[in-house]
Order: sequence, then structure tokens, then C-alpha cells
Amino acid sequence: MADVQEYKQTRRYETFSYLPPLSAEQVRAQIQYIISQGWNPAVEHIEPNRPYTYYWYMWKLPMFGERNADAVLAEIEACRREYPNHSIRLIGYDNYTQSQGLSFVVHRGS
Amino acid sequence: MAGKYEAGVKEYRQTYWAPDYVPLDSDILACFKIVPQPGVDREEAAAAVAAESSTGTWTTVWTDLLTDLDYYKGRAYRIEDVPGDDTAFYAFVAYPIDLFEEGSVVNVFTSLVGNVFGFKAVRALRLEDVRFPLHYVMTCNGPPHGIQVERDKMDKYGRPMLGCTIKPKLGLSAKNYGRAVYEALRGGLDFTKDDENVNSQPFMRWRDRFLFVAEAIHNAEAQTGERKGHYLNVTAPSPEEMYERAEFAKELRMPIIMHDFLTGGFCANTGLARWCRKNGLLLHIHRAMHAVIDRNPHHGIHFRVLTKALRLSGGDHLHTGTVVGKLEGDRASTLGWIDLLRESYVPEDRSRGIFFDQDWGSMPGAFAVASGGIHVWHMPSLLAIFGDDAVFQFGGGTLGHPWGNAAGAAANRVALEACVEARNRGVDVEKEGKAILTNAARHSPELKIALETWKEIKFEFDTVDKLDVQNR
Repeated sequence: MADVQEYKQTRRYETFSYLPPLSAEQVRAQIQYIISQGWNPAVEHIEPNRPYTYYWYMWKLPMFGERNADAVLAEIEACRREYPNHSIRLIGYDNYTQSQGLSFVVHRGS
Repeated sequence: MAGKYEAGVKEYRQTYWAPDYVPLDSDILACFKIVPQPGVDREEAAAAVAAESSTGTWTTVWTDLLTDLDYYKGRAYRIEDVPGDDTAFYAFVAYPIDLFEEGSVVNVFTSLVGNVFGFKAVRALRLEDVRFPLHYVMTCNGPPHGIQVERDKMDKYGRPMLGCTIKPKLGLSAKNYGRAVYEALRGGLDFTKDDENVNSQPFMRWRDRFLFVAEAIHNAEAQTGERKGHYLNVTAPSPEEMYERAEFAKELRMPIIMHDFLTGGFCANTGLARWCRKNGLLLHIHRAMHAVIDRNPHHGIHFRVLTKALRLSGGDHLHTGTVVGKLEGDRASTLGWIDLLRESYVPEDRSRGIFFDQDWGSMPGAFAVASGGIHVWHMPSLLAIFGDDAVFQFGGGTLGHPWGNAAGAAANRVALEACVEARNRGVDVEKEGKAILTNAARHSPELKIALETWKEIKFEFDTVDKLDVQNR
């Protein structure tokens, strides 16, 4: 039994929340993936105590047709400056499947 | 003007072999693999199959002349060699759409795989593929919700989902069972699952199981902040009991229930799928008994046909085999029926065993479920084979973790997310799988132990039901 470790329960945030927080470079690679799939990047945020709800606040509008990963990173940063405590997620809207090709939390909030 | 009535036995080919026939867009087309009896030539055997699966009987009857049999009969219109197999040949049969009741998978299969499969003129018979015309597809209900709606309801994007069948599959009390569910879900799985033979046995009646599982799900959701589900198996001795169980799952606000579509039957499955759409519950489909039907390369029904039957009858998930685990599955062939389950249009592709173009129109697709003997080391291959619209179910691979279910679940979740993150960066996950997992384990002691525990397990037996190719 000494070899067995207890599993410590923590709050999670769906996709990629079981990995260590992604570095700026890793986030950039995921944005590049969203763009290369032809999806539309979008940024959303919410107060850190209620991530379970489907609808978060939209940061401006989805960036339809944006091909520049740095422009998307800049919006994530702008959102974070405005709401430093909020959870912030990045979405890739896939209009063909009417779904989200990717969605993950970039900043978990505090 | 009809001809004169002549009683007696005619060769089937006179009526049912029509090599010049050009199939209509609205015909249901079938490809049979036939091993004829000695002395029966190919055209006669093909015509016999067309006759016996449509309008024909063994002798001429006077009432044939009261209708326009040329309008209603099935026609064998093409014959092909089976690559690498001289004992059998493919026969293509076209059936007019009027032969079948609208929206009835039951009726289609009663004809296509009914009496004809016991017919003496053929030694063995296998239904390899069926083209359902869009005209017929649109009369069927199909998956209650489909992939896109399930993703939205469960809030899971950009990755396959993770599941786990609770083990031991028989014998746990309801409360202990709920504990196993709770541990797996809080550790990071999206779903847990009743084993197919968990129905309502004396050791765990269904109502008790549903109550404890509901508590497990609600707690795991509250503690992780993620949406969770458990496939509550409502497969029952009778439709009345099946619906009673489904209604109770709805009352408990459960997101998903489960049915075994072959042992339960197409009639029950179609009814339950309609109930699920009406009541907002997702439907997971198990396929017990399929290997009895689909494994023999010369007799039965190929699984790609059962896949089509399920998509028409309705289900949001279907077990498809894993390619890599303990159960049967050839990669190219499996990719073929995964497409038939998920895509809106699938072109003919003999290299994947697909004999016809299949247009699903607006009918939703369903998630492919890979389950059986898989563990974390299989994760890179599973992701490469299945892509995102799948559920990977690790039963032993979660519950068998040395530190328990929660740790096992976390190990699988970390492994999955590491593979997805790498794939999105452009990494070849199958080739670099070991490096991806080893690297991810540096931040996850649960994954590190899992990788050590299952290092040596392999399932490398040859597949019994292979695609028909030369030199096999």
C-alpha cells in the first residue's frame, strides 16, 4: 500500500486541462492548427467561479477569416488585460460541421 | 398484356437474371457473396438469390399474373469474381424501393437476409454491402442526436471522448458499482458504461443501479466542473420494461442510455431511438451477437451492413472494433465502416470493402466506439486511426491501474490530450507515440505507472475476416 498514491481531486476545464498549462509557443501552435483547418478563431471569458455554464462572454466577435496567429494571440492578451482574473478560452468555430473543431482554456483564471 | 399461365418450375434465370438492367437511383442495391452448390452455375445462383429475397417462390403461381412482377421483382444484374477466392463470386441485386416499408430496417432485413439464407441452391451466402438510396434513407429516423449535438450537449470539443466499462462486469452490488463509476469519472473520463450483459440481475436491479450511478455522475460533475455520463443499459426482456427504464433515466436527468441493437432487435432499437430524440437522451449502442453474424467470410452479414442498419435504425454511438486491441478488426475494412457511420457521403472504395456509393443526405452521423483490450500505449494509434469523432473505452486499462480507477482515468486523459496536442502541432503521433507519452508522463505520475504496468501487453493474432484481396 505504501506504493499506492492517493488521487488528488482538482477542478478541470475540458480539453487540455489535464496537461500542464500550455506555453505561449504551444498556444500559438494550436492557433495555427485552427487556422490551417479553415476554422474561425474566437476568444471567450467568464468569471472564474462558474466555468460549467455553456455560454461564456464573447470577447468581441469571432475572428472570421483571420489567418494571422499573432493577431489571435494579441486578442487573447487584450482580453486578459481587461479581465485579469477571468477564465479565458480559445475556440475554433467549424462552420461546415456547425460545431467547434477545438476549444480549450488558455488561462484558467484566479 | 400478360402472357398465359403455365404451371410448373422455371429456371430462376429466365425471370431474375437481368445483365442489361441499369439500376435506378431509387433502387436498394445489394452485393451478395455466393458459394453455389456444385452443378449450379453463377447466373442461376445469383438469380435464385434475387428471386428468393424478393418476389419469387420455387414454382410459378397463377396469382403472379394478377400483378406486374416486372415492376416488383428483384434483379441480379452483375456478377464478379471474388479476388483471391475461386469458391465464391459476388452477385449484385437491385430491388425496387416499393418492396420495402418506409423507415423499416426490420422489413428490409426480413427480405434481404430472410429465407434466402437457408436456400438449398447456395451452399453459403453473405450479404457484403447494401446501397440504401437517399429516397429510403430519408424515411428513417436515424441517430437521435448525432455527433454535433452530442458534442454540444456534453461540451467536448477538439478531441475523442474517453469511456470505460465497469468491471467485474457481473456481480457488483449497485452501491459498489456506483463507487467504481464515480472514481473513473472524477479521474477524468467523460463516460462510463454498463457492460452489455448488465441488465437487471438479482445481484443488482436496474433501479438501484440507476440511482447510485446518478449520484456518482452528479458528484463527479460538481467536483471536476466537466460534463459526465454513464451509459445506463436499458436493454430489457420486453419493450415495456425497456421504456420504463429509459423513463427513469430521464427522470434522474441522465444524459445518455444504452441499448444492444442485435440482441434487443431492430424493432426495439428503432423505437428507443425515436424515444431518445423525443426525450433528449443520447443513445449508446452495443453490438453483442455481431460476430456470430459477421465473422465468417462466406456466410452471414458483413459488419458494414450492420453499421448501415444501425445508422438507419438510430444510435449516437456504435462499437466498431479497435483495430489494435483484443478483438477482431482489419484496419482498412474498419476505416470503411467508420466512414459509413460518421460521414454524410461515402464513395465506393473496394480497397476498404465499400461496394457502393452511399449518400446519407442530412442524416446525422454517430460516434465510433473503440473498446476492448486497449490501454494507454494504444492511444497514439487509436487517435491516428479514429480521429476526433470517437469514444475510446478503456475498461481494464482504467480499472486495472495500480492506484485505482481515478488514477487510471487521469492517466488515459493525460495520454489522450498529449497525443491530440502533438497531432495539432503536426507531429506524426503513431511514429512519435512513445516520445509523446514518455514526455507527458514527466508531469503525470498516474501516466508513468500506467505506462510501466501495460508495457508488454500485445494482441497480435491474425484477423479471421479479412478483405477479399489476391494472395491472402
